[in-house]
Amino acid sequence: MAPLASGDPFEVVQMEDETVPEFSNGKPKRRYHFRWWRFIVLLLAGAYILIPLYAGLKFSFQGVTGGFSTLAYTSIPSAPGFTAALALSFKLAIVTMVVSTILMVPTSIYVHLRMPRFRRVMDVVSVLPIVIPPIVLIVGVIGDYPLWARSSPYLLSFMYVILSMPFVYRSLDAGLSAIDLKTLTEASRSLGGNWIKTMWQVILPNIRPALLSATVLTLALVFGEYTMASLDLWTTIPVWIAQFQVSSDGHVQVAASMVGLIGTWILLILVVSLDRSQSRRNRRRTA
Amino acid sequence: MTISEAVVSDPGASAPGSETTPSKPKSFRKSLRRLESAFAVTPFVVFAFAGLGVPALAVIYQAFHGNTGGWTLSNMRLILSGSSNPTTHGIFLIGFENSIKLGLISALIPGVVGVFVAYAIQTSKSNLLRRLTSTGSGVLANFGGINLTFMFVATLGSAGVLTAWLHAVGISLSNVGFNISGFSGVVVVYMYFQLPLMVLVITPALGGLRQSWREAAENMGASSLRYWIHVGIPVLMPSILGGMLLLFGSAFAAYATAATLTLGLIALSPIQIGNFLNGNVIAGETHVGYAIAFGMLVILTVVMLMYSLVRKRASKWLR
Amino acid sequence: MTQMKESPMTESTSAPRSTGAGVSLENLVRTFGKVRALDGLTLSIEPGEFMALLGPSGCGKTTALRVLAGFETLDSGRVIVDGDDLSDMTARKRDMGMVFQSYSLFPNMSALDNVAFGLRMRKQSGRVRRAKAAELLDMVGLGDQRAKYPHQMSGGQQQRIALARALAIEPRVLLLDEPLSALDAMVRAELRDQIRSLQQRLAITTVFVTHDQEEVLSMADRVCVMSKGHIEQVATPAELYSRPATAFVAQFVGISSRYPVDAASQRVGLFGQDCPVRSGEGSALSGPADALLRPEDVSIDVDPAGQGFVTRKSFLGAMTRLTVQIGEIPVRVDLRSDRASEIDLGTRVRMSVVARDVLIAPRQPIIEEPVS
Repeated sequence: MAPLASGDPFEVVQMEDETVPEFSNGKPKRRYHFRWWRFIVLLLAGAYILIPLYAGLKFSFQGVTGGFSTLAYTSIPSAPGFTAALALSFKLAIVTMVVSTILMVPTSIYVHLRMPRFRRVMDVVSVLPIVIPPIVLIVGVIGDYPLWARSSPYLLSFMYVILSMPFVYRSLDAGLSAIDLKTLTEASRSLGGNWIKTMWQVILPNIRPALLSATVLTLALVFGEYTMASLDLWTTIPVWIAQFQVSSDGHVQVAASMVGLIGTWILLILVVSLDRSQSRRNRRRTA
Repeated sequence: MTISEAVVSDPGASAPGSETTPSKPKSFRKSLRRLESAFAVTPFVVFAFAGLGVPALAVIYQAFHGNTGGWTLSNMRLILSGSSNPTTHGIFLIGFENSIKLGLISALIPGVVGVFVAYAIQTSKSNLLRRLTSTGSGVLANFGGINLTFMFVATLGSAGVLTAWLHAVGISLSNVGFNISGFSGVVVVYMYFQLPLMVLVITPALGGLRQSWREAAENMGASSLRYWIHVGIPVLMPSILGGMLLLFGSAFAAYATAATLTLGLIALSPIQIGNFLNGNVIAGETHVGYAIAFGMLVILTVVMLMYSLVRKRASKWLR
Repeated sequence: MTQMKESPMTESTSAPRSTGAGVSLENLVRTFGKVRALDGLTLSIEPGEFMALLGPSGCGKTTALRVLAGFETLDSGRVIVDGDDLSDMTARKRDMGMVFQSYSLFPNMSALDNVAFGLRMRKQSGRVRRAKAAELLDMVGLGDQRAKYPHQMSGGQQQRIALARALAIEPRVLLLDEPLSALDAMVRAELRDQIRSLQQRLAITTVFVTHDQEEVLSMADRVCVMSKGHIEQVATPAELYSRPATAFVAQFVGISSRYPVDAASQRVGLFGQDCPVRSGEGSALSGPADALLRPEDVSIDVDPAGQGFVTRKSFLGAMTRLTVQIGEIPVRVDLRSDRASEIDLGTRVRMSVVARDVLIAPRQPIIEEPVS
């Protein structure tokens, strides 16, 4: 499905070999030039992305003597502070995901249905965590929040809900827009469904990929967030990785980083491809 | 009016938990509706205010307050002129300067490269490639700073894999002025999430370039280059600018990567703020951290205003 | 000489253009994967002629147009315009003006700049091309919109600008790819007339692709009906309608009902009448066949001993279309509405043939209704 293909109804339905929108002129030579250029660009970009991954993995599999060793990975679970950090990160992640869902889902649905003008406000507000970056937020929080709040790690969770708002809101908004919420709701209601049933059986199943995407992105955020955690002096996994020093060559640190990186990647790929299949079904190209 | 319209448009009948008979006067229903709306969005508003508004206000407030407790511009003056300690004189301005420089470079290079990469991907015949990169760019754009740092140290650090490869081919990184813990290092590392971010942002805009424009241009006698000059790039420009503004904000405000990578060796505003929080302060300048944060807020607000202006223009043309 | 504004278009004061170029498509073959989009298509178009390519989706009409324009490559065959073989020439050198189905105006340029674009590519000076563009905009009746941008204009206006843009370069051939399909009915009708009168005035060779037979019948000099990559019939609209050469054409253009008959030595017995078989595709058939009857080829009379009875009436204005069920077969008949109003549903009627001759085709067990 070439995005640059036109919306004009070409009657030869599957343009199997015409996904490239370059100029066609009967001369194949032109095509090869273009293909060549594209190859170089992608090669360089691919190298830039993949080489560090390879390097990280290679380094993490190196033993102290230089040979292959999984020591770095196996020593992670038993490393001091790891389990505590993991537990903390998990706790925070779960609380954040739950609170975020309970807050954002009904609000988004309601705003989408009844307050379309407020959507613009939400749009702006959800972009604010980019304007007011974590570093600024944490400064303000530490400066101003009362001590009883700051002594609880769940303050961090609260801030994470805020930080994840852009992703969560955009994800939900896209999901809700794609399903023509108004019509679905009206259909359900006119057939006799009450609000709870409508939400549970009609709306939520249809935005499942968006929901999933939002939750997983939140999870990724919590397990990757360093700024606020470190400055608020809580040892979550990212903070632990930074602070951890066992051997001076940092194999364990890199190993832990790679686990974080790749684990998150796999998780997100799963969700993003779920999300894609939904949006591909629902999206319509304007002609 | 259809049945379903009647069901939905009558707030009394369909709103959760509030039943009014249709015979109630319109104004009553309207104010009930308004109350219900206010009630529904209250949790969100409270959250947003507590999480964003309060800290932001705190920063602004504290930026203009000193140790003595009254309103003062001394913090601001300090920012602009430097600290009383001669060794750190002007360091905050340098911090801003570096951060802005970093933001600009990190917006321009990945920005331009990102357009090419996105275009190369979109015009690829391989469905697999496109799916891979569309999921990949979503993932990579969110990569956490700390994990990224360690990965790059393993790549380009003094004992890094790539460093060794380049050495084997006769290229010494330090000779070309590259230093992983320095400015150049930060730029290279930032590109790792900036590039995917740009690809993510520009891809929908590329998809909005209609085939018919391209063919019409060709039909009128335009070569590929002239098409891009007269049609393609002008149409894309709002989105490209928007993307670059986003990249700037992202690079400017990033803390984790810079902190772990440079270990405080370069003066960058976010790191300077972090120093204050960590207690590395000079007595009498405790509130300067807030002033720096305030400065960042100002810069980012300007960027965001520009961004929203550009976005408006983008949607106008592309419908 | 002052410009006189005719509504809605103005007289051009520029020198009369040369008569258009002749186009010859020779044996075009183009395959997409397994689909043979063009199957040895051969067609020639006279200079200044308005040729329509008509057919259902997938018949190859758009592919043929795009091959002519240079946007599609050919597997084999030649494209000859005005004696020049263009088959290998890149699209941008072919000197043809194309109007696309929709949204082809450059969104970042005003109407004037859009129209002037082709001239700009031909390196004409700013003043010259702006003047020319303005003149063309006047010609399509949008002279006062020259500073507007595409998103500020309606679909009909956009297509008129697209037309002006295509004409600005004084192309040898004008190509239109379903330009009216995306517009609503009233605008479509207006634009149809404007395109046709402009084309006639400029005497420019035009190829017009559409699936809408109404457009074709009212606009074209000749129509080429296509199906599955090959040509079914090339004829004037009148001939196409009244004397379809094949079953496909009969059923695609206008309405035809299929009715089983037995053919022998070029005659068939139909509704008790002995009728000659129309010369053309099916004339050599003998034995079981189907007669393809237009609603105006037959008529009915109320008769309690008739073969069929009326099952449906559709009021069409001056005429009413009745469906008469004869056994298992529905046959459509057009009657003047005043007569038709006297005949109720369920009335038994007797059929009679009023056409001069009858078009027949090989017998088909199932009656197909092509979407037209």
